[in-house]
Parts: sequence; C-alpha cells; structure tokens
Amino acid sequence: MTTSARGSGDGQGGPLSSNAVASDDAGRVATRRERVAGILQRAGALVVLLAVIIVASLVFGGRFASVDNFLNILEASSFLGLVAVGMTFVIIGGGIDLSVGSLLALSAVLAAYGSQYGSVVAVALPLFVCGLIGLVNGLLIARARMAAFIATLATLLFARGLAFAVSDEGNTIFHIKAGLVVSALGQESLLGIRLPVVIAATVFLAGWLALTRSRYGTAVTAIGGSEDASRLMGLPIARVKVAMYLVSGLLAGLAGLLVAARSSSGQSTIGVGLELQAIAAVVIGGTLLTGGAGSIAGTLAGVLLLNVINNVINQVGTLSSYFQQVVSGIFLIVVVLVQRYLSREQRLVSEDQNRGQP
Amino acid sequence: MTTTTGGLPVLCVRDVSKRFGGVLALDGVSLELRSGEVHALVGENGAGKSTLIKILTGVYQPDEGQIIYRDAAVTFARPRDAQAAGISTIYQEVNLVPLLSVARNLFLGHEPTNRLGLIDFAQMHRDAQLVLARYGIDVDVRRPLRQLGLGVQQMVAIARAVSADHRVVIMDEPTSSLEAREVERLLEVVDVLRRDGVAVVYVSHRLEEVFRLCDRVTVLRDGRRIHTGPLANITRLDLVSRMLGRKVSDVERARTRFNEHDTTRAAEPILRATGLTRRHVLDHVSVDTRPGEVVGLAGLLGSGRSETAKAIYGAQPLDEGTVEVNGTPLRGGSPRAAIAAGLALIPEDRKAEGIIPMLSVRDNIVLAALPALSRAGIVSERGQDAVVDRLMSRLKIKASGPDQRVGELSGGNQQKVLLARVLCLNPRVLVLDDPTRGIDVGAKAEIQALISDLAAQGMAVILISSELEEVVEGSDTIVVLRDGAVVGKLGGNDVSEDGVMRLIAVAARETDVPTPHQAERDDHGVR
Amino acid sequence: MASADLAPGRREIRTDAALDWVAERGVYLGLLALIAFNLMFTPRFAEVDNIRLQFVQVVPVAIIALGMALVIGTKGIDLSVGSVMAISSALLALFLGYGPIVAIVVGILGGATVGIVNGLLIARFGIQPIVATLALLVGGRGLALVLAQGRLTEVFDPTLGVIGSGRVFGIPIVVLVALAVALVVAFLVSRTTFGRYLVAIGGNPEASVLAGVPVRRTLIVVYTLCAILAALAGVIQTARLNASDPSFVGNLIELSAITAVVVGGTPLSGGRVRIIGTLAGAMLMQLISATLITHNLPDSATRMVQAVIIVAAVFIQRQRGSA
Repeated sequence: MTTSARGSGDGQGGPLSSNAVASDDAGRVATRRERVAGILQRAGALVVLLAVIIVASLVFGGRFASVDNFLNILEASSFLGLVAVGMTFVIIGGGIDLSVGSLLALSAVLAAYGSQYGSVVAVALPLFVCGLIGLVNGLLIARARMAAFIATLATLLFARGLAFAVSDEGNTIFHIKAGLVVSALGQESLLGIRLPVVIAATVFLAGWLALTRSRYGTAVTAIGGSEDASRLMGLPIARVKVAMYLVSGLLAGLAGLLVAARSSSGQSTIGVGLELQAIAAVVIGGTLLTGGAGSIAGTLAGVLLLNVINNVINQVGTLSSYFQQVVSGIFLIVVVLVQRYLSREQRLVSEDQNRGQP
Repeated sequence: MTTTTGGLPVLCVRDVSKRFGGVLALDGVSLELRSGEVHALVGENGAGKSTLIKILTGVYQPDEGQIIYRDAAVTFARPRDAQAAGISTIYQEVNLVPLLSVARNLFLGHEPTNRLGLIDFAQMHRDAQLVLARYGIDVDVRRPLRQLGLGVQQMVAIARAVSADHRVVIMDEPTSSLEAREVERLLEVVDVLRRDGVAVVYVSHRLEEVFRLCDRVTVLRDGRRIHTGPLANITRLDLVSRMLGRKVSDVERARTRFNEHDTTRAAEPILRATGLTRRHVLDHVSVDTRPGEVVGLAGLLGSGRSETAKAIYGAQPLDEGTVEVNGTPLRGGSPRAAIAAGLALIPEDRKAEGIIPMLSVRDNIVLAALPALSRAGIVSERGQDAVVDRLMSRLKIKASGPDQRVGELSGGNQQKVLLARVLCLNPRVLVLDDPTRGIDVGAKAEIQALISDLAAQGMAVILISSELEEVVEGSDTIVVLRDGAVVGKLGGNDVSEDGVMRLIAVAARETDVPTPHQAERDDHGVR
Repeated sequence: MASADLAPGRREIRTDAALDWVAERGVYLGLLALIAFNLMFTPRFAEVDNIRLQFVQVVPVAIIALGMALVIGTKGIDLSVGSVMAISSALLALFLGYGPIVAIVVGILGGATVGIVNGLLIARFGIQPIVATLALLVGGRGLALVLAQGRLTEVFDPTLGVIGSGRVFGIPIVVLVALAVALVVAFLVSRTTFGRYLVAIGGNPEASVLAGVPVRRTLIVVYTLCAILAALAGVIQTARLNASDPSFVGNLIELSAITAVVVGGTPLSGGRVRIIGTLAGAMLMQLISATLITHNLPDSATRMVQAVIIVAAVFIQRQRGSA
C-alpha cells in the first residue's frame, strides 16, 4: 500500500540497460549485481546451512558432528519438512496457509484416537479429515474469494477446537497401543533410517518433480507469478488453487500422523506456531513470499537450517528453548527483508507489481 | 499501405450494447472482420474500445446484440472459451508471466509431456525454438521472460497467441511500450499474420502505425461506432477529427463558453516545469503557466498528457526534469510537497485515484486540507462544516447531505467533490486532468464555468481533456504532445481545433517542416 | 453515456440492502437473540453478578478489538496482539519490584516497541501486514517466555489488585478503563486528522497519496496504537488474574479481536471503522462462549463456533463487496 509512494529510481535500469534493450533479440543482459542477487536468493539457505554446520562442528565437536546427531536432526526435520512442502506450493501459488499447525495437532489426535479401531482407521481418519479441511480452505479462497490468511486463520481455530473436542478438552491423551502397524510408520527404520525421514524424503522428491516437471507445478508457478496473465492464458485458476490447499492440508495431516506414530500418542497442544516455522523455512529457501518463484530444494535447505539451529540452541543448553521461537521470528523478518532487497536488485518487483491486501 | 480489404468475414459483431451500472459503455456497435485484413480500432477515452475487445475475448458478455463467428452465433462465457474458438489477444502490457522461462510461457497449459506425464523439456525447448524462428527470433528459450527486451516479450506473446489454429488476433496497443526498432519487427510480424489469412484487430493511438499497417479502420466515440471504412479513403486530419468529435450541444456551449483571459498582466510564470523525462513515457516535456492563465495539454490518449500532469504534481517517477513553483524547485516524488507549494491535482481516473468511495462527501472534500482545518491534530468541526457548506453550495453538489457516501453520487457530483477538495487548498496552480470526463452535460457546463472563474481570479490552470473542443475553448495557450514529447505550442489567435489536430496528425518526419505555430515552440520542448 | 451517468450503481445498492443490513446490524440482532435465549434458558443470567462478570470478561478482547479496528480500517491486520499481551504481562511481573506504576509503564512501552517494529516493517519496508505481524506473533511470544523464563509468576500488588478487581459505584474499574479507551478511540476516529487519514488510506491508498495524506506516518502510528492497547489489555488481564502466564495469556486473542471487528461491521477491505459495532461484536463473542459454557458445551466448541462465525461474517462481506 505504501509502494505507490515509492519514488523514482525503481523501474529504471542501471547504466547497462539502455544499451541492452537496443540489442533487440538478445534482450536485456542481467547485470552482475542482479546475477549475484539471484544466486544468493536461490542458494543462500544452502550456503548458510553449510556454514552453520561447519561452525557448529568446530565449536561442539563430536557432540554435534556425529552420525547419530545428524540422524536426529533429519528426523526432527521430517515433520516440519512435510508441512513445508505443502506450504512451498501454496506460497509459490501466491497464497498462505496458517492452518497447518492446528491440522498437525488434529491429525495426531485423530490418529491416536482412531488407532483404537485398527491401523487402517488410524491412518485414514486423520488424512481424510485434514484433507477435507484443506479442501474447505481451498474452496473458501478460490471459489468464495476470501483472503487466504483469514480463511486459514479460521480453520486454524476450527481444527484446534476439533482436536480439543475429540480429546475431551485436551484432558485425554490417546495412546497408540504397541504392536500396531501404524506405530511402525513412526518407529521402524529402513536401512538404518527412520521411516518418517524416508517418507519425508519421498514427499520432497515427489514435490520436486511436481513443481519442476509437471504441468500442475508450472500452473502453480504461473498463477503465483501473475494471476491475471494466467487467467488470460486460460489456466483453470480455481482448480489449481483448491488442489494447492488440499495438498497442504493432506501433508500437514500426514506429518501429524507420523508424529503420533513416533510418540505413540496424540496430543492436542502440539504444533502451535508450526505455520510460522514452515513459512520461514520456505522463504529462507528462496521462495518469493509474493509468489511466482521458488524451489523445493531450497525449502529442504531451509527446513534443515532451522532444525540445525534448534539443535545448536539445545547444545548450548544454557539458552532456554523459548529462544527457538524468538529466533524463528527474527529469522523470518530478516529473511523477508533480505528477500525484498534481493528482489529489488533483480528488479523482480516493479512499480505496478505489488500484491495487495485482501 | 495495403489497399486490399481482405477476404471473407470471419467475425461479425452485430448491434452489441453493454451497460455498466447506469453507464452505457457500448451502444449498438457493429464490426465486421475479414480474414487477411488488419482492422484498426481507434477512439479516445471512454470510446468503448476496451469494452468491445473484452466482449470479443469473453471477459464480458454483451447485454444486447450478437457475435457471429465462422457463420454461427457464439457466446464466450470466459477468456478460455474465446481462445479455444481461435480468438486470441495481445495486450498493451505483455500478459505473460515474467518469472517463467520463454518456453514455459509459450506452452503454458499445453506443455508436451512424456509417457510418465512429466513435462518433456527437450521437446518443449525444441518446439519453442521452432515457433519463435517463424518470427525471426533467436533467443535462449530457457531464460526467464523478464530478462528479454519488451519487444521480444511482445513477440513471444504473439507467438503464443497464434501458435495454435487461430483465426482472429486482437492487438491492444501492442507497441505502446516498445522501442522504435522493436516496433518495426512487430509490424513485420503483423504482416506475416495477414499473409497467413488471420484477421487482426489493431488498437492503437499511433496514427503512423495505423496508416502504415492497417487496411480498414473503425472509429468509436462515446460507445458508438462513428465510422468504418478503408484507410486509403480517409485523410489523417479527417480521422483525428472523427476520433475527437464535436459535440452537438451547441446551445449549451454558447452559454458556457470560457471567458477570454487577460494573460499579459502577469508576465512571470508561477509554474515552470522543465525537461520532464521518463523513458518510454515522457521526453523532455516543458510547460509554463502564469497566474490567471489556462494552459491546455492537448494530444491523443497515450501522448503523455496525463503523465505530464502527474509529473508536475510529483506523482510520476522521473528520470530527469525539474518543477519550479515561484522559482523554488519542488522536491520530486512527493504530492505532499507539491500541495505545500500550492499545487493541486484532479487526477484522470476519478474512481481509482480520486474519490474515496466509502467516505462521506464531507470527509472527501476536506481530506487534503485537514492540516489547515485542524489544531493539534484535532479537526475543527465548525471550520470544516463551514468550508464544506460553502463549497457544496458554490459547486452545487447534489447529495442528500454532507454525510452521504461519495460512492453513491453520480459521476458529475463525484467530480465536483474532487474540485471542492482541491479548492479547499486555495492552490496557486491547479492541474486538471480530464475534469469533465464521463459526466452529464449540466455538471460539465458548471465545471467549465468554474475553471474559467478561477483563472479570472488569478489561479494558474493546466487543463487536459479528452475532448479537443474543451481544451481549445478553455485554454489561453495549448501545448500539443505526441508520443511523450511536445510537438508544438499554440498561443493567442493560433489556438484552434484545426491547429491542434494538424499538429497531432503531422507525421513524425514532417515535424521538421516549419509551420507558423511552431515558431513558438519552447526550446526545451523538442529534441 | 454522459446522461446515463447521473446515478450509477443506484439499483445495485438497493438490491444489496438485505446483505448490507446483515453486515451492518446483524451483530445487534445476534446480541439481542443471545440475550433473549439466555434470559429464557440460563438461570441467574440477569443477576447483577453475572452481568458484571460478562462485562469484566469481555474487557481484554474489547480493548484489543478497538485497536484492531483501527488497523483493519487501513486495510491491514495485526496478528501479534496476543503476543504483545504476553510481553506486557511478563514485563509487568518482571518490573513489579520498582513499583506498580513503573511496571505498568514498562509493560506498555514494551508493547509499543513491538507496534513500532510492526509499523516500520509494513510502512517503511513494504512487508505484507500478515507476514510482519505473524513473525512478531511467534517471536513476541517467545520473547515473553524468555523474559518470564517460561514460568507462571504470581503477581500480588495492592495497586494492581485495585485495578483488577476494584469497583467504582459498583462498576468494575477494568470496565471503566475499557469505556475510556472506547471513547478515546472514537474521538480519534471521528474528530482527528489521524482518524480521517487512516480510513482514507484503507478506502483508497492511491487517492490518499495524491491527496497528500502522510501514509507511512499514519500506518506506523496505527500499528503502534494497536500494540499499546494490546499491552494495556495484558496489564489488565494480569491484574485481574493476579498472575502472569506468558504461555497462555492472549493466546488466539487476535482471532477473537478480528472476529469482533468484522462481525461489528468494519470491512476487512478497509476504509471504515465501527466503534460501537466492534464493542457489540466483542460482547457477542463473549456471550457466545459464556452461553456455550454455562450449557455445558466445552471451550473447544466455542472455538469451532467462532471459526464458523468469522467465515460467515467475512463471506457476507465478500458477497456484498463483489455484488
């Protein structure tokens, strides 16, 4: 809203641009600053991740840099990772999904509750309900044209309420009986790697393929880049958006299911603030918060980075765990500010391209 | 220029009308497109061009009349339907996704896939290269579209639009943001389309292009078709006069004719805008105004007249140029600073940039003058009501009262509210961008009379209008703009509709030929 | 065309009358219906103690909703209010050793700082309000927990005790504070340049810039004010409960506040602020939860009902806006 007041110096190019346009077919050559900014945007998270790992390894030695600890980090990352894959699609598509934390809790509760009736129910019930709520999100946003944040904020409240309702206001913690197949999802390993990690890796791979190699992924990217242009080019906007939120809901449900399987219980209080962590991971990974560009690989780096930092905070020990929340908040702000700066350097944001409010 | 008038009719629009709220945007318009012709569609603000295009492309549906496409009546419920039928559109602003690669933009929605359903990039890139080669474009199709020049982007849009089996291509001011060389290339491409038997609708306000490229022309004005015919049979001046039109309300005019002002009494300009420049938009435009003088900015739509107005007011980013009020340079990019220096603007787009529809008449009127009407941030109700009452009765604003929401008023009364807003400021320089656009005759006459009054009281006025008659009758001096540059300045007895139209219609290369009026050209005005 | 322009949109306005009516006055209707229901089916509803309790309980949401109404009036949103409550509550407990006045001032200043950060991020750096305030929602809560070391602190102080449970002529002081806040906000909206600017920005940002409205400054003040009110609510809540519990105080209150504002007739699309509607909206949400609880429906049901109400309210607004 304030961008309309942004003065001159925005859309005009550096010294190179006037010559470059004249060269007709070759088009405008990216300046070095733009290229650097682009690389930073795409690979910044990976660079920081490696740097943090190296520094932490030097400082903490074997306490940090051990196979066991790395496997722990991977496992801790897998739940956030699943949610973040869904969030990556939503944000690239120009939206936001604030309901994922509540959906994760609801799913965990439903999985544990459903496990009384067998593993099939324990798996199907949470996925069905979370998928349904994701679908409602999509319909409210794409069909009823409500602002994404308000619709998903309402389902955040609704899902949390449902989780409490099912668990007798949080007083009942359902447990998954030992020996059920569903427990295996959280506790067994494949080739020494925990199943949640395997599942998350599979989802990352599928998400990467879907985003980069499928028509759907291209449609999501196009809609986030310019919804008007996409409509004029004949893309089925509403359908693509509904699918986006449906998948986000399903993945949050899957994450909750795995959390329940891992801990053999479903608690209604988990996952508070998870939406912010997911958004932070996605944005750290180079996905534009304004939509239209981003990558699953970046999100992976972002998720790992957040978890490595959490791990380090735990290593320090003297820092209270609440610092994680402070760090997430500060991180998000810093990353968004850096991203705005980088976007401007690359001239991704032009004067007329500023995403409005609801 | 091609004189053939094409082949068989492909698309016929019959007596189409379209109404928005109380406004009739199209009034029984007909249009016939033949295969292999380039058909120009021209008209000024509010003529109905964009409404007609949006009906052809399925964005709007007509209220009355029908569309016959390939010998059958059709209705396009949405853009996809029109595209599927073979009608595609190239918009003024390139309507592709800048962040996606060239190839992805070309094939968005129908990418070639392999057996697994995944996009076959090798195939897609080969195909993209081939498609573009048809138009003589050789670029790396994997690069993001935004890295290419606008001309190439426009070409990609065309390639996308006609790569399938398209029979009709609509081009809505496709050259408005292109460099001269890029324009050349685009015109060649249009020629290719014509040879392929495609019917092209070409919307442009650049007369050179229209005359060079198009076979026939349809002129729209105020939602009605004024003229259709081969371009070979019409002169440039004739076309301009048909576009600008002459109002039939001569009776009204006689009563509201502006007074002649005595501009010699103040020799020093109060406002001096020098060398206003913005790439693709303004090219060293200079305008001066003296107290009591009305300076008209004339030119067709897209000539840079509105941009000049906004640049003076600090609301248009500039690459170069200065604005001085009373010899003091104005800080650029700040309407607040402009207001403080005694400038006031009524913007062209009343709804988007002028009124605040949900607020009351009172709040809209005093918005800009609040600092003067308040002490310690608290608004003086009495002072405010006095100002509002005075202006509402002076401007004869018809509202149920000062509490009525501005969004509920008629266009004419909304415009009067905006006038009241700027008058509260007691400005020294008033910039009016098309102040009587789309409002009823009565309100129009009142506003014209008011402008005249204000100038007589010593206010300097810059006046823009989409009606040439209004500028000519209301102005003491007229600065004529074309393609973002000043092409001439008329003063005193030279101010005439004929003189302005001649300057607008003159072809680019003819501007060097001296005419009597051009002797007065501002040194900074022409490069 | 010109003559047809005399009264554009008149007809649409009339056919939308029903939706308009619901969006503008539905809240009073709902409030009356709930009161009627409770008078009939809830024992002891009309007793003074119960009425007093309802008013006391609505105070934090009402105060925050007033600030939120200002923010929404500019077409913005502030998700961080609950965390601001937690921060001011934690600071209050932390600085109580320096006396209650100092503690209250520090608590409110701490909240104001968050508001200034929100305002700067949004107005100066152009970050979307949702994102900026979401970051402070989580970061702020974390900060409050860090300040309080994650613990519930009991707060006993005579002055705070009077603020929390004192009465003047039988009216609880917190209710009087809320009324004072409502009067001040109403005054700001109706009588000051600031109030005019904020609805102008929400109603049409482009036009506001052209009319010389100081957009950035106004936005920063709006977000700061909203945070100050949230901090005040945090102080009141702490004083009333005699305890500071940063992990729970103000949790999800942003939603209640947004719902109260929207239900009260302030459109999410900005450009208008309804003070009395907002207060009625807050009371409606309070009565819904009280009614559900007294009829043995759990807290979770309240949340779900609230979610449905917010969706319905926004849906009605959208239909109205797009029709």
